[in-house]
Amino acid sequence: MKYVDEFRAGDLAQGLAAAIAREADPSHTYNVMEFCGGHTHAIFRYGVQDLMPANLRFVHGPGCPVCVLPIGRVDNALELAGDPRVTLCTYGDMMRVPATGRRSLLKAKAEGADVRMIYSTQDALRIAVENPDREVVLFAIGFETTTPPTAVVLKQAAAAGLKNFSVFCNHVLTPAAITHILESPEVREIGTVAIDGFLGPSHVSSVIGSQPYEFFAQEYQRPVVIAGFEPLDVMQATLMIIRQLNDGRHEVENQYARVVTREGNRKAQALVAEVFELRSSFEWRGLGLVPYSALRIRPQFAAFDAELRFGVETKPARDAKSCECPSILRGAKKPTDCKLFGTVCAPESPIGSCMVSSEGACAAYWTYGRFRQQTRPAARSTEAAA
Amino acid sequence: MTAHDARFVGGAIPLSGSVDMMHGSGGRATAELVQALFVRHFDNPMLRAGNDQAAFQPPAGRLVISTDGHVVSPIFFPGGDIGSLAVHGTINDVAMAGARPLYLSAAFILEQGFPLADLERIVVSMAAASRLAGVPIVTGDTKVVERGKGDGVFITTTGVGVVPEGVDVSGDKARPGDVILLNGSIGDHGVAILSKRENLAFETEIVSDSAALHGLVADMVAAVPGIRVLRDPTRGGLASTLNEIAQQSRVGLRLDEAAIPMKADVRAACELLGLDPLYIANEGKLIAICAPADADRLLAVMRAHPLGQEAAKIGEAVADDLAFVQMRTAFGGERNVDWLAGEQLPRIC
Repeated sequence: MKYVDEFRAGDLAQGLAAAIAREADPSHTYNVMEFCGGHTHAIFRYGVQDLMPANLRFVHGPGCPVCVLPIGRVDNALELAGDPRVTLCTYGDMMRVPATGRRSLLKAKAEGADVRMIYSTQDALRIAVENPDREVVLFAIGFETTTPPTAVVLKQAAAAGLKNFSVFCNHVLTPAAITHILESPEVREIGTVAIDGFLGPSHVSSVIGSQPYEFFAQEYQRPVVIAGFEPLDVMQATLMIIRQLNDGRHEVENQYARVVTREGNRKAQALVAEVFELRSSFEWRGLGLVPYSALRIRPQFAAFDAELRFGVETKPARDAKSCECPSILRGAKKPTDCKLFGTVCAPESPIGSCMVSSEGACAAYWTYGRFRQQTRPAARSTEAAA
Repeated sequence: MTAHDARFVGGAIPLSGSVDMMHGSGGRATAELVQALFVRHFDNPMLRAGNDQAAFQPPAGRLVISTDGHVVSPIFFPGGDIGSLAVHGTINDVAMAGARPLYLSAAFILEQGFPLADLERIVVSMAAASRLAGVPIVTGDTKVVERGKGDGVFITTTGVGVVPEGVDVSGDKARPGDVILLNGSIGDHGVAILSKRENLAFETEIVSDSAALHGLVADMVAAVPGIRVLRDPTRGGLASTLNEIAQQSRVGLRLDEAAIPMKADVRAACELLGLDPLYIANEGKLIAICAPADADRLLAVMRAHPLGQEAAKIGEAVADDLAFVQMRTAFGGERNVDWLAGEQLPRIC
């Protein structure tokens, strides 16, 4: 397949693996956090860890948009879906996310709520146009990648004067979360998080560019290499991080130059700025309150803000006590360190957020790498370098 | 019989428009629907006899029976429809015992308001599939549910067949060292269906692989009567089916990703939607597991059949008490190929 196979070629992978093995200093341990769930997915799906030397460990970060949405906001979505006037539209992988009492949108749909799985924000708008007697609410989530399409439908709805369409906005911002991982008080409580460098988000960076990470790299003296989602992208970016660490550098480099520029997509940024503004604080599942890390709808689009239209109030809700998702999302613990992993928490019956989406670290461990816990010699396992 | 005469023996209630509650009442309208559609298109002596069952002399050998409900949406899709699927699916389930399918039954649950023209199109398609396969539909049933209590049409088919002497195929017979073969490209049916789902109008040339596999199976068991396992990887795809076999046989299965046939369009569509083709449904594919000494012969027989031209060895069974399915990726790494957790849902980004 053009533009895909080129980034999955086994022979190129072997060459890159040899280069990484050659350049990785055996006296060092390299802990590389991939922020994005897309990277986690690629690492497990293609077995990238198998091609890495034993002293390089991938630490799975909080970049799964489904995983980091707090229970309280999913409760809100369930309340909206429970309103008999409402048709709630959302992306597929939000359907299974457990809320308070292990309820989910999938269960609500089974009980009769009008919940529709959509593939794009335009689907939600179309449903609103076709059903003028229904209150159509778009349950919008995601990082900077999915925010511009939400901005587009809000503008379209305003231009069309739609009276039955609104957005429950839960869009969050990447740079704030990356910073939070290294400096929050909770991290100090959990212990030192040994992260030596970051694989920067790919799709997110195509919108915001590489520039927003420059302050972070300087302030925290950690290299950031923007990496594409293909397995060869991940390997090449890993080699770039190793080289920076070996050289004592901490810069922002861009492996994903075929898509990402330093400035990003200015048009998309302007669109987002026109429709959304910063929230002073927003709760992330597993990370707690993160300042200036999320967006809300600007007052001029208030008529389309589901939070105002339906008086949405988010109440604090707790994750299961023994769930280790907060530590896992920060890279302080591995999924297998959690007592719930594979016992009561599995993809069919997720308790913690990291087990929910296929991009979550626990789901990836369970789905793609579980055999390692049982059958692999320790020297080749993901855990060997931990 | 003239049109005037026909009024007094039947045909007083016209068969046009859409399915009505009276079509399921058991009265004249039901009888007319059965005669005008099912008996007319499925035509064979057993059905024509008009009894509530079909009687036949069972041939020698072990009898096989299998039943399958079909609830596909959309009802018509590239490469087939719910009717041909209902015929192929049950023939294949019978054939996966290494059996020769003999007869089918078909039960229809129709929703009030379903267009009779669409029903006829489905019945014509079923009749053609059944005739081509040489497996007649010899008995059946029709029920009508109120509008809103169905999804247009549901079809349940049951098939009976007979296993040739010396053949003993079962999911629990895979042994370490055995070879896994597949008769062609995966994911075609699932992607063809997805391409016609509401909201997912992407362009693809992919048509469903829906086909009756009993001819291929007959050639395979004739050449290698000792085939251990046959299974069609339908719902849940190749991955789920292999996990079933691994559990039944208590062996591990190791796949070679590079050897698994897949069309470029299927890969592209799955890539676009964030779906794993290993979990996408097939309707004309089979997995065969055999002893290593039989593998080359079996592969040659499969490739000689029109439905097995792209057949390939895709992996082997290994000793593993945990019965994991694992895969050597085309990239050079390894991964688990787990059961599907619920429905496969597209990723957000």
